[in-house]
Amino acid sequence: MADTLTHPASENKEKLWNGGKSPFKVSYGKLMMWYFLLSDAFTFSGFLIAYGTLRASMPTWPVPDFVFSLFPGLAGPEWPLLFVTLMTFILLASSFTMVRAVQEGHQENKKGVVFWMILTIVGGIGFLSCQAWEWTTLIKKEHVSVTVNPFSAHTESGVYLEGDGHGIKEGDTFEAGDSYLIHKHDGEWHNLDYKVTDGPNAGQVKQQSFGPKAFGALFFFITGFHGFHVLTGVIFLIIICVNAATGLYVKRKNGYEMVEKIGLYWHFVDLVWVFVFLVFYLI
Amino acid sequence: MGHSYEKSVKTAYRIITILAVITICEVAFALIGKGYIIEGLHFPGWLIAGVMIIMSIVKAYLIIYEFMHMKYEVPGLVKTVLLPVGLLIWAVIAFFYEGTDWGDRRELIDNKNKEKIETRAKPMEQGMVKEVDIKNQ
Repeated sequence: MADTLTHPASENKEKLWNGGKSPFKVSYGKLMMWYFLLSDAFTFSGFLIAYGTLRASMPTWPVPDFVFSLFPGLAGPEWPLLFVTLMTFILLASSFTMVRAVQEGHQENKKGVVFWMILTIVGGIGFLSCQAWEWTTLIKKEHVSVTVNPFSAHTESGVYLEGDGHGIKEGDTFEAGDSYLIHKHDGEWHNLDYKVTDGPNAGQVKQQSFGPKAFGALFFFITGFHGFHVLTGVIFLIIICVNAATGLYVKRKNGYEMVEKIGLYWHFVDLVWVFVFLVFYLI
Repeated sequence: MGHSYEKSVKTAYRIITILAVITICEVAFALIGKGYIIEGLHFPGWLIAGVMIIMSIVKAYLIIYEFMHMKYEVPGLVKTVLLPVGLLIWAVIAFFYEGTDWGDRRELIDNKNKEKIETRAKPMEQGMVKEVDIKNQ
């Protein structure tokens, strides 16, 4: 830390705001990074509150452990939440390596900074790759789009009158709350017919309806916006890592403060993921 | 910064371990609560949501205070960053209340929408659309 940022505790508190020194004991850059992150937190909160409001207003919502139950290379769908837990761990691990890079920066250890930053970059790219696979599966395999959502859950018990060739057979029964995915056959949606077996509509023949439209738009937009933050973070991590490796920060008065600033941003991305993980996958 | 290098490295290892354990607990609780691990066991939705929200807030605290070093910043800085976040508490309550209300009135809204469609379906002369709409509202 530069000496200009510290001031003796005995100094008059009123003089703290008279200029010439930092009342918050941080540099301008770090303080502004905090305020940028605060405003970004409001942006994300706006999106997440919109998601929560729309979800609360729907009679059914796609059940996350049914929607996110595939794992690359493993036969499924029997791996609820496993893949997204892996993604969470990758991001958490990269947050830890970032902490280590900042600590090595305080020690003025160039090699240490570069080593831990490279690991952080690898983690960030790993997370983005996982997200790419997740999106591809949803779009290509399950045909979720911004306007069509084939994932939904039954609101009454019943029995299927036809099979879909994906695990549902004619005569299979289901209960209210059970999830389903409508498949596409030869480019055509194949909504299964079923007969309601209890409640006021018992005996009626109905067809599987599509799930709440907003699901696709909210999922792609919010996880996409977060992914965009991760991508931006990776780009800046690379730039700062190269700068550190070339010895630029050795010459600087404030040392490795750039590493601290990108560190704050990177932890924030991890922090947002805690809440995206909460509302999209856990609840 | 008032804390030695060795000590802060140790703290970092401790915090990442706690974060990992909480995450495992969250996923395990979600799966147990929905009957994936023990057959026939189901927790009510509010319990799952409540426990998850508390665990996520603990994770957020650890990330902000330990990883982002908020713990070592002066009180003034902490207040300017964290107090505005308090506004969100009301936003969350208000919007969830609103969303639940939309859900409860869905039938009413559907019926209202149908009424409008019926009125519009009446044959009308061009240019009269506006008038008829106003009358029926």
